[in-house]
Amino acid sequence: MSSIHLHSVSKHYGAVAAVDDVSLDVAQGEFVTILGPSGSGKTTVLTMIAGLNHPSAGSIHIGGRDVTALPAAQRNIGLVFQSYALFPHMNVFDNVAFPLSVRKVGARETRQRVEEALARVRLDGFERRKPSQLSGGQQQRVALARAIVFKPDILLLDEPLGALDRKLREEVQIELRRLQRSLGITTILVTHDQEEALSLSDRIVVLDHGRVQQIAAPREAYLRPSNRFVADFLGTANFLEGRIGPDRRSILLGGGQAIPCGASTLPEGARVTAILRPERLALEPDGAGGILPATVSEAVYLGQSVRYHVETPTGPMVAVTPGGRGGFAAGAQVSAAWQPDDVWIIPDGGSTPG
Amino acid sequence: MASIRRFPAEFGYVLPLLLLMLAVFILPIVLMLARSVTQPEWTIEHYQNLIETSVYLRVLGRTLRIAVITTIACAVLGYPLAYWMRGLSSQRQVLATALVVLPFWISILVRTYAWIVVLGNAGVVNRVLLDLGLVGAPVAFLYNELGVIIGTTNVLLPFLVLPLFAAMVRIDDRLLHAAESLGASRSTVFRRVFFPLSLPALAAGSILVFILTFGFFITPAILGGGRVPMVANALDLLINQFARWETAAALSTVLLVVTLACFAVSRWVGARGATS
Repeated sequence: MSSIHLHSVSKHYGAVAAVDDVSLDVAQGEFVTILGPSGSGKTTVLTMIAGLNHPSAGSIHIGGRDVTALPAAQRNIGLVFQSYALFPHMNVFDNVAFPLSVRKVGARETRQRVEEALARVRLDGFERRKPSQLSGGQQQRVALARAIVFKPDILLLDEPLGALDRKLREEVQIELRRLQRSLGITTILVTHDQEEALSLSDRIVVLDHGRVQQIAAPREAYLRPSNRFVADFLGTANFLEGRIGPDRRSILLGGGQAIPCGASTLPEGARVTAILRPERLALEPDGAGGILPATVSEAVYLGQSVRYHVETPTGPMVAVTPGGRGGFAAGAQVSAAWQPDDVWIIPDGGSTPG
Repeated sequence: MASIRRFPAEFGYVLPLLLLMLAVFILPIVLMLARSVTQPEWTIEHYQNLIETSVYLRVLGRTLRIAVITTIACAVLGYPLAYWMRGLSSQRQVLATALVVLPFWISILVRTYAWIVVLGNAGVVNRVLLDLGLVGAPVAFLYNELGVIIGTTNVLLPFLVLPLFAAMVRIDDRLLHAAESLGASRSTVFRRVFFPLSLPALAAGSILVFILTFGFFITPAILGGGRVPMVANALDLLINQFARWETAAALSTVLLVVTLACFAVSRWVGARGATS
């Protein structure tokens, strides 16, 4: 159980910076998710913490110890790969016992700890099976048992749920969170799945092109994204560009419309982007007094909800409404409405004022 | 059920080849092997003859010894080579594979005679050794078992290296990384993860080399200079010099049984490798 500190960590491959000046403090027992698209450098950050890859610059401390130059085998880290990386020639017991046997743990203690770890992931009784005889979800849990059996200081998870189907993934997510809490182990998870990041983590690190875009709690990152990339990557967002109006409670859009927003600290006339989440956007029948007139171009029924693609004078927007009765058909004339406080404003060409 | 019903149609595609094989390969072999127990009447006398005549046992023993040593030599030389090739960039892997395969493009006869130029009393190796003063007289590399083993190892090395290399490439690096992250040193990763995963291919390649050496003819004929006859050379003598077809048939049967037994072992090893 240790804290993790990354100080200005960079990794260059030739002229390309895969990871660019990343600093991160993870508190003891915290669950942090590194979220980013493929090629964002998130896995490189993880492999550097694991010691399978070494930074070109910067330092990494685990539990107060500088491990920057330490090989992976001496870091005492539990690592779970997306591919599970179970040893195909060993049965479940030998796989889970592997980290204990390289640490020269005695036979009796090994047996006891392997059984305990398998019980924790609810796989007791599977000791003699080969990995090839297990389902994906079971293999995943064996990999998890193997990563915690030797009581590592920290747990690193590289897209551990990526290969599971949706239903199973939700189950394993809950189990993973329960396990992490009960062990109290500092955990870093890497994923490109925003739902996974939002549902599992204490904090999310959004990474793009090797650079940190935002570090925040899930709710904070979703509701108050620091820039367009974060807003777009964490779910769907409508972007409206304009300038702060004279009363600083509205934004003047390029087309001349004024839309209401929460009080802004930015000066009048500042160029901003207003971010509006689709589920905060309500569609009302035409003439009911909405903010922007809109025409439904497409209605997508999703069961729990309906997604509307609408055309407004400022361009296309997306609205998501609960999938109850009624609704609008394509071609319907409607108007879009929202609460002023649901608009999140970011100044153009920079990060948020907060 | 479906496979049974489809069987006749698929069978039709291989039927011409099957008939050809039956007529010109399998039937003559069976007839020839049958001579070992049917000539001049039902008898096992030719097998008794094999056992009682020490020369045949010596030939069989020598063949076995050469096959075992060649197999070990190929494994000892081939494993590090395949391991080294696995670590190369993919471009260099193609180049290295081409170099390993290159000898296949040169006639086995040419390669075998080339060894005479290299290893003969006035050959390159002996001249260098003599010039350096490392030996007082030329070392006898040829016309003995050593020469035959050098020759067979050279010819058969690719048969071990290529499948072994292919199997090693398939070993996922992430398994090795996982082992390392779990606390295993480099040597432990090799011993406990990499080597066990490459073992089925090493075993299969070794058995292939063993089987091929067991029936080798040209290399022992040339590099052994007639002084190191193996089973195939003995068969040549029996048939072409002494016209003793029955004894040759009995010896062939022994050769075939050993080969089939090795093949069965390799299938068994392969099946075990596949399930693990």
